[in-house]
Amino acid sequence: MLPFLINRLTQAILVIVLVVSATFCLIRLAPGSAFAVGDRKLDPQVEQRLQEKYNLHGTLPEQLGRYWWNILTQGYLGESTHFKNRSVAEIIKETLPKSLTLGLIALTISLTLGILIGSIAATYHNQPVDRSVMLLALLGICLPGFLLAPLAILLFSITIPLFPVAGYGTLGHLVLPALCLAAPFAAYCSRLMRTSMLEVLQQDFIRTARAKGQREQFILYGHALKIAILPLISFAGPLTASILTGSLIIEEIFKIPGLGPFFVNSVLNRDYFLTCGTVIVYSTLLLLMNILVDVLYTYLDKRIKQV
Amino acid sequence: MSSRLAPVSLAVLLFLAGCNSRSSDADIIFVNGSEPQTLDPARISGQLEGRLASSLFEGLTRRNAQGQVVPGVAESWEISADGKSYTFHLRQNAQWNNGSPVTAEDFFRSWKRVLEPETASVYAEILFFIENAEAYQTGKLKDFSQVGIKVLDSKTLYVKLKSPTPFFPEVVAFVTYLPVPMNLVDRYGDSWIKPKNIVTNGAYQLLDWKINDRVMLLRNEKYWDRDRVQLKRVDALATSQGTTAVNLYLTGQADVLLDKGLIPPQILSELKQRPDFHTFTFLGTYFYRFNTTRPPLNNPLVRKALSAAIDRRVIVEKCTRGGEPIATSITPPGIPGYTQASGITYNPTQARRWLAEAGYPDGKGFPPISILYNSSQAHASIAVEVQAMWKRELGISIELRAQEWATYLKALDNLDYDVARSSWVGDYLDPNTFLDLFLTNRGNNRTGWSNPHYDQLMNSANLESDVAKRMNLMNQAEHVLNAEAPIAPLYFYIGMLCFDATKIGGIEGNLPDEHPIRDWYLKTKQPAQP
Amino acid sequence: MNTFFTNKRIILFSSSLLLLIALLAIAGPWLSPYRYDDTSHASLLSPSLDHWFGTDINGRDVLTRTLYGARISLLVGIIGATVSLAVGVCYGLVSGYCGGRIDTLMMRFVDILYSLPRLILVIFIIAVFDQHAKKFFVELGLIEWASWSRLILLFMALGLVEWLTMARIVRGQVLSLRERAFIQAAHVLGQSNRKIIIKHLLPNVTGIILVYLTLTIPSVILEESFLSFLGLGVQAPQASWGTLLSEGAGFINPIKISWWMLLGPGIMMALTLLALNFLGDALRDRFDPKFRKK
Repeated sequence: MLPFLINRLTQAILVIVLVVSATFCLIRLAPGSAFAVGDRKLDPQVEQRLQEKYNLHGTLPEQLGRYWWNILTQGYLGESTHFKNRSVAEIIKETLPKSLTLGLIALTISLTLGILIGSIAATYHNQPVDRSVMLLALLGICLPGFLLAPLAILLFSITIPLFPVAGYGTLGHLVLPALCLAAPFAAYCSRLMRTSMLEVLQQDFIRTARAKGQREQFILYGHALKIAILPLISFAGPLTASILTGSLIIEEIFKIPGLGPFFVNSVLNRDYFLTCGTVIVYSTLLLLMNILVDVLYTYLDKRIKQV
Repeated sequence: MSSRLAPVSLAVLLFLAGCNSRSSDADIIFVNGSEPQTLDPARISGQLEGRLASSLFEGLTRRNAQGQVVPGVAESWEISADGKSYTFHLRQNAQWNNGSPVTAEDFFRSWKRVLEPETASVYAEILFFIENAEAYQTGKLKDFSQVGIKVLDSKTLYVKLKSPTPFFPEVVAFVTYLPVPMNLVDRYGDSWIKPKNIVTNGAYQLLDWKINDRVMLLRNEKYWDRDRVQLKRVDALATSQGTTAVNLYLTGQADVLLDKGLIPPQILSELKQRPDFHTFTFLGTYFYRFNTTRPPLNNPLVRKALSAAIDRRVIVEKCTRGGEPIATSITPPGIPGYTQASGITYNPTQARRWLAEAGYPDGKGFPPISILYNSSQAHASIAVEVQAMWKRELGISIELRAQEWATYLKALDNLDYDVARSSWVGDYLDPNTFLDLFLTNRGNNRTGWSNPHYDQLMNSANLESDVAKRMNLMNQAEHVLNAEAPIAPLYFYIGMLCFDATKIGGIEGNLPDEHPIRDWYLKTKQPAQP
Repeated sequence: MNTFFTNKRIILFSSSLLLLIALLAIAGPWLSPYRYDDTSHASLLSPSLDHWFGTDINGRDVLTRTLYGARISLLVGIIGATVSLAVGVCYGLVSGYCGGRIDTLMMRFVDILYSLPRLILVIFIIAVFDQHAKKFFVELGLIEWASWSRLILLFMALGLVEWLTMARIVRGQVLSLRERAFIQAAHVLGQSNRKIIIKHLLPNVTGIILVYLTLTIPSVILEESFLSFLGLGVQAPQASWGTLLSEGAGFINPIKISWWMLLGPGIMMALTLLALNFLGDALRDRFDPKFRKK
C-alpha cells in the first residue's frame, strides 16, 4: 500500500506542477493587464512599477521560476493584483473552508439521491417508475444553475419564506445553495448508479439467488447495492472537482463567501497569482480525491469479492 | 448526541435560520456594491471603495449629506491673492483612534506616499494640481522638497499649486488625499490595513473585513465630531449580483441599497412607484467613443452623422428606464456656474445629409465597423438599439463586439476599436474633470482626437483665476468638442437609492453621489446638529 | 410487469421529439413575421396575439429569438460534440490499440488535461483568438464568416474540452476488444494495423460512440449557457438558449417577473436536453455490450 501511495503522490505533485505552470503561462499570455482600472488609462510607467512590485517583470520563464521558487522556499503564493491588500494565501484560507462545507453537503446530497434514485430505477427497469424517477433526476441537468438558483430563491425564500435569501452563517443559509449545487450531480450519479445496478442485476449469482426465493432478495439487493456502488465511488473524484467549479454561480447568487467566484473572476481580472492559487487548490483536491477513491475502491472491491 | 436530540436541534437550527434574520448586531446594514478591492486611500479608484475609506479616514475637507464640501480635519484655510497657495489650519481636537493627534505631518507623509513612484498609485493624477507633483510621480524630479507641500507646524499645512484652482478645497476631499497612519504603514507594509493593525481618524474604525461578505464598521469614539455620529455599528455588504442585492433589500436583510449599478433596469418602472426609491441627478455621462484614427471615423462628417442618427430618448426609455436625461454634451447639468454647450441632437434627415456629404449616400459603400463594449446586459441592450438605429436611419450594417473586461480595456488603450462604449464620472464639481479628458495625448483621451484650438482654450481656462472667465473658456472648448464629435454622448446617469425615509435619515441624493455614513441616523433618535 | 416504456419506445419518442424541435428550429424563424434582431417600441410586453411569447427589453419577439436560439444551441451542441468525437475517437483508438507504454503515456496526458480547470482554457481561447479568428476570415475574403468567428471559436473550445471523456471510453472499449478472437485472427492473417483499426475496431465501437455523442451534446449546450452567463458565449444580437436564459434569469425578482422571457427558451431547452439524455441512456442500454442479451 505504502509504495503505491508514494508513487501516486509523486505523480500527483508532478501533475500539479505542470498544470499550474501551464495555467500561469496561459494567463500571462492572454491579452489585457492585471492593473487596468475602470475607464482610466494606466500610465505605462505606473504599470511598469506595478509589475515589478508583483514580481511580474522579466521574461515569462523568469516570472514562472520566481513564482515556484517563492512557493518552494517560503510557501508564498503571491499577492492578489486585484485585491490590493490581500495575499493569495489569505484569500484561500478565508474562503476555502466555506466552499468545502457547501461542497461536502452538496456531495453528500448528490451521492445519496443518486444511489436512491438509481437503484429504484434499475429495480423497476423499463417500467413507468424507472422512467419517471429518472425524469425527476435528469431535470437537474436540463436547466442551468443560474436559472435554477433564482427560481429556488423565488419559491422557497420569497414566496414561501422558508430560507434566507442570501448569505452565510447558519445551516439554513446552506440548504438552498447545496440543493441547487447538488441537482446536476445528483442526476449524473443517478444515471451512473442505474447503469451499474442494471449490470449487477444481470449477473448469474443474482439470478440464482432469485430463484431461491423472496426473503433472500432483500439480502441480494443489499448485496447488489454494495457492488453497484463501486463505480460511483470512483466517480467521486471528478465529482468533487466539478462541484468546486460549479459552485461559482451558486456562491455568487446566494452570496456565500467561498472560493467559487474567484475561479472565474480571477481569470477575468487577470489576477495571475490568485488564478494559479485557485488552480493549485482545484488540482490538489481533484488528485487527492482520486487517490483516496482509488484506495477506497481497491479496499472495498477486495472485501466485496471475498464475500 | 443522543438520537433524539439531533433531529430536534436540527429543526430548531433550521427554524431559527429560516426567519430571514439579520445575523448581525449592526444598526444599519447597507449593500455597497461588489467586494472592495482595497481600503487603502492611495490605491483606491472606485466609488464603492471610496465610500468606505471616507468613513474610516477624514481629509482636510469632507462632504456632508447634501454633497457639499465642508471643513474636515482643517477647520479653516487661507488662499493667497494669486489663488495658488493654500494654508490649511488643522483642528486641535482631531486625533487618531489610538489617541495621537492628527498633524500636518500626517498629511505630508500620506500625500508623499501617493506621489512615490514605487507606490504606483493609479489615481495619483488627482494630486497633480500641486506644484511639481506630476514631475515627482513620473520620476522626472527626484527631490521631494521641490513639491508644493510644506509642513509649517504640527497643525498647519501649506500647499502650493501649479495654477489657480478655485475648486481645490473640493479636490482635497477626494479619497486619494485622505491621511493614513504612516507609522503603521512603515511598520507593517501592506498589512497595515488589516483590522488588527489599522488606526483611523474618521467617523468609524474597521471592526472586521470578511472577504466577499461584509465590511464591519464601529463608531470611532475618539473622532473629533463624534457627537454627530448616530450609528454605532454599520455593515457594508458585498455582492455583484443585482438580483441578490434587490432580494437582500426587499427581505429586510439590508436596510439601504446604495449601488445604482445593482438595480436591474427592468423593474425600475415598478420601483419608481415606491416611496422608498429615490432618484437624483448624478455627475456621470454614458457615451460612445469614436476612434478618430481609423477610416471612415477620421471624417468628422461621418461621426456627426452617426451621432445624429441615435434617438437617445428611445435608449433611456427602453434600455435604461431610469428617466435618465439625454445627453448632447459630455458635461452633465448641475455644475454650479457652468452652462453646457449644446451638441448634436437626434436629426435623421441631417444625419443622412452628413453621411452623403462624406461620400456614403444612403450608406452605400460604408465599410464595416463594430461597437465595442464590455459584456453586460445593460451595454448589450443599448448597443443593439444603436445598431438597429444606424441600420434604419442610415442604411449601414455594423457589428457588435462584446469583450470581457480586461480585453475590452486593452482594446480601448490600443485604439483597437471603431466605436466603443464608455462612461465617465466626475471627481469634483468642475467641468474640467470631464473636458480635460480630450486634451491631446491625454491618457484618458483614447479616441486619438487632437485639436490645438481645444487644447489652447482648455489650457487658458486652467490658468485663469477669474471664475466667470474660466467657465466661458471651457464652454467655448466644449463647443469645439461638440462640433467635431469625437464622442457621441448618450445619457447622463441617474443616481438611485433604496431606503425607507421614514426610518432612516441623513441620506440625500446629490450630484457627487456622496452619502457619508457619519450623517446617517435612525429616526427613532434625534438627529445631531448640522 | 408493465414494460410500456421499453427502450425501443423511448428511443422512438425521444428521437421524434428531437426531430420536431429541429424542425421548429429550422423552419420557425423563416415562418415568423419577425426577424430575430428586429427591435421595436414594444418593450417587455407579456404574451399577446402579436407576440405569442412576448417581447424582450429591446422589443424583439421572444418566440422568434427562441427558435433562432434553438438553431444556434443545437448547432453548437452538435458541432461541439462532433469535434470532441473526432479528436476523442482517434485518440482513444490509437491509445487502446497500441497498448503498453504508449497507452499509459497517452492516458497520463489525458489525466493531466482533466486536472486543468477547463473554464480557464475556454476563457483563454476565446479571449486570445477572438480577434485573430476575425482577421483570419476577413483576410480570406470571407467577410460573412467573420461575424460567425465567435461561434466557431466556441465549437472548437467546447469540443476540445469534451474529448477527454470520449477518448477514455473508446480506449476502454478498444482494450477489451483487442483480446477478442477475431482481432487476433486478423493479426495472424497479416492485415495492417490501420486496416484492423478501421475495418474491425471502429464498427464495434460505433455503438458506444453514438451513445456518448448523444450524451455529450447536452453537456456542450449547458457549457455554452454557462459561458453565456459569463458573457463569453454567443454574441449579441445573435441568440442562443444560453443567452436568452441568462437574460431571463436576471428578470426573476420579487417585484415583477417577466416570466415569458424564461418560459419559451426554458421549456425548449429542458425538453431537448431531457430527450437527448433519455435517448442516450436508452441507446446505451441497447448498445453497451454489458447489457446485450447473451
